[in-house]
Amino acid sequence: MSEKCCCCATMKDERMDKLDEIINKHRNEKGALIPVLHEAQELFGYLPMEVQKKISEGLNVPLTEIYGVITFYTQFSLQPKGKYKIQVCLGTACYVKGSGQILDKLKEKLGINVGEVTGDGKFSLEACRCVGACGLAPVVMINEDVYGRLTVDDVEDIINKYKDK
Amino acid sequence: MEMVNITIDTRKIRVPKNYTVLEAAKYANIKIPTLCYLKGINEIGACRMCVVEIKGAKSLQAACVYPVSEGLEIYTQTPAVRESRRVTLELILSNHDRKCLTCTRSRTCELQKLAEELNINDIHFDGETYKLPLDDFSPSIVRDPNKCVLCRRCVSMCKNVQEVGVIDTTERGFKTIVSSAFNKSLNEVPCTMCGQCITVCPVGALREKDDTDKVWQALADNDKYVIVQTAPAVRVALGEEFGMPIGSRVTSKMVAALRRLGFKKVFDTDTAADLTIMEEVNELIDRIKNGGKLPLITSCSPGWIKFCEHNYPEFLDNLSTCKSPHEMFGAVLKSYYAEKEGIDPSKIFVVSIMPCTAKKFEAQRPELSSTGYPDVDVVLTTRELARMIREAAIDFNNLPERYFDDPMGEASGAGVIFGATGGVMEAALRTATELITGKKVPDDSIEYNEVRGTKGVKEASIRIGALTLKAAVAHGLGNARKLLERIKAGEQYHFVEIMACPGGCVNGGGQPIQPSEVRSWIDLRSERAKAIYDEDRSMHVRKSHENPAVKKMYNEYFEKPGSEKAHELLHTHYHARDNYPETK
Repeated sequence: MSEKCCCCATMKDERMDKLDEIINKHRNEKGALIPVLHEAQELFGYLPMEVQKKISEGLNVPLTEIYGVITFYTQFSLQPKGKYKIQVCLGTACYVKGSGQILDKLKEKLGINVGEVTGDGKFSLEACRCVGACGLAPVVMINEDVYGRLTVDDVEDIINKYKDK
Repeated sequence: MEMVNITIDTRKIRVPKNYTVLEAAKYANIKIPTLCYLKGINEIGACRMCVVEIKGAKSLQAACVYPVSEGLEIYTQTPAVRESRRVTLELILSNHDRKCLTCTRSRTCELQKLAEELNINDIHFDGETYKLPLDDFSPSIVRDPNKCVLCRRCVSMCKNVQEVGVIDTTERGFKTIVSSAFNKSLNEVPCTMCGQCITVCPVGALREKDDTDKVWQALADNDKYVIVQTAPAVRVALGEEFGMPIGSRVTSKMVAALRRLGFKKVFDTDTAADLTIMEEVNELIDRIKNGGKLPLITSCSPGWIKFCEHNYPEFLDNLSTCKSPHEMFGAVLKSYYAEKEGIDPSKIFVVSIMPCTAKKFEAQRPELSSTGYPDVDVVLTTRELARMIREAAIDFNNLPERYFDDPMGEASGAGVIFGATGGVMEAALRTATELITGKKVPDDSIEYNEVRGTKGVKEASIRIGALTLKAAVAHGLGNARKLLERIKAGEQYHFVEIMACPGGCVNGGGQPIQPSEVRSWIDLRSERAKAIYDEDRSMHVRKSHENPAVKKMYNEYFEKPGSEKAHELLHTHYHARDNYPETK
């Protein structure tokens, strides 16, 4: 469980200084909150309370408003992601080509729901909007790898590829 | 102001160009139903109850945000309008927790009233509902998300007016709720407990923590000596709960009601306000003379104190160390009064009737128990007192006139005006002037108009002998922020008054709730303040230092303001608070 950082203790790292830079870069912009949240999520992988507090102080936006924005948009996450972030495209093309069943199979194989992380911290599962690869529908992305024209039977092999990595 | 000609329901009228359709309709005395609208605070066109037909427009428009223009033709009662409003209302009701019979806002609920006015007799939809837990951990405010209609009036009040921002809309779709960050309790966030959110809630989603049971129990306990005290702002608002016009003064009926409820003694917090002035003016003069921390900032408003502890810890040393008046009174009752009357202080149970929800929190502060017992045992809001009066089946409007008990009941007009913004400042000035110059000021020149009124931040320079006292007054925490930032930027004052609620205590979070259709068009703050100032003018004594009960207290017990005994019982201290403490 070494990767599963939980706020404060492991948070005193250089990423907090980086976060300051991000905040300073956007500080005087109108509508700075969403770009800052994007970059902060990229940096930390998710948006824990400590990060939100720092953004709240830096941009002078109430913490509650920040939390409201994060919980409104599905691309922002309050939970840490797995080492391998699985995104199943539920865009129109993928959906009609059966990505719903692929998602169900992933849930079953990993034993988690959308938005959750496996106990070993390896996999997290998300449903996402169109990734712009409709020609390959149905599409699943694992970190930067793209898997296209999938069937339900492919799911197990793909997971196994990452299990031992 | 440039005017435009418009037509509403075939009536031709001329209105200022900056009006919305809703304002124009109000001017023409045409009623348009609203729910999320609160003039000046929440004008966001969210709920769609106020839709109207506008000639040439493709769809129905929300009257509260649609601006008038030359030649505009508006229809407020077409079949399409009526149908749309009904469907909208039914949808809002479809996932509302409709337990009206046991809701504190039954009779005063704006949603209930709309359903009645729009003749809703069936709800054709079953909305997806979640049973969400109550947040009742705060000593002051209970939040019931199941009753929330997502109008966002509380959010605007908290974020834009008070600039506290501890509640906002979170999540989305059917799951949308108004909550704090990480869905924490209001008790775990920098909520000031001011209760302004309650006074703007159209339904029962926000309410005070009801403590009436504790008071009924104490009253029924023969072992307890139950004393009640009432804050100045209560007497100019309680009448509203019984159908009287806004700004009615009901002091003597209120006292009569409290007697009938069975309180042993009915005292006036104003006497303690006078005591506060004696201590605070002494502190002010001492700080000016001896180079103490300036400006001295008033400490009567517990919402303001909590705000300062969370957001401006650098000003904690500026705060007057005086306890707020009702806490001083509690300490006096359990020490001086107990000794004088030969009552065991452990048997004394002090109930404060306050216009304030933050006072419930304040009464629980461990440092406010100088005698070894809590200074004040229970705080009830004006609304809770009204509830007790109704429950006891007292015919309030026909009560006889009764007066506060001696020896603590005689107060000065200076104590009364504590209830309005600028009042503490004015009361202090009345006393400071005479104490510093040693000269008596005639009663016709003791009113300081520059510190009265509803302007957000007020300033005054007052000549007192050789000193020009620079004073500032802010009411509403957003205005407090502005003033504090000004001070941080270098502006210098000797004395600053801050009250958490806009307008001061008369418009406190515990006061009777007036619906949007009243408070959008009538300024509650000034109507109730007028009554406060009338009450002041009706008093025989109008300066705190002339209050005979206060004089006696110093002669018999405290010796002089700022004495060791006074410090022990009448003063307190403050501490910085973590805004979002980490909870694992």
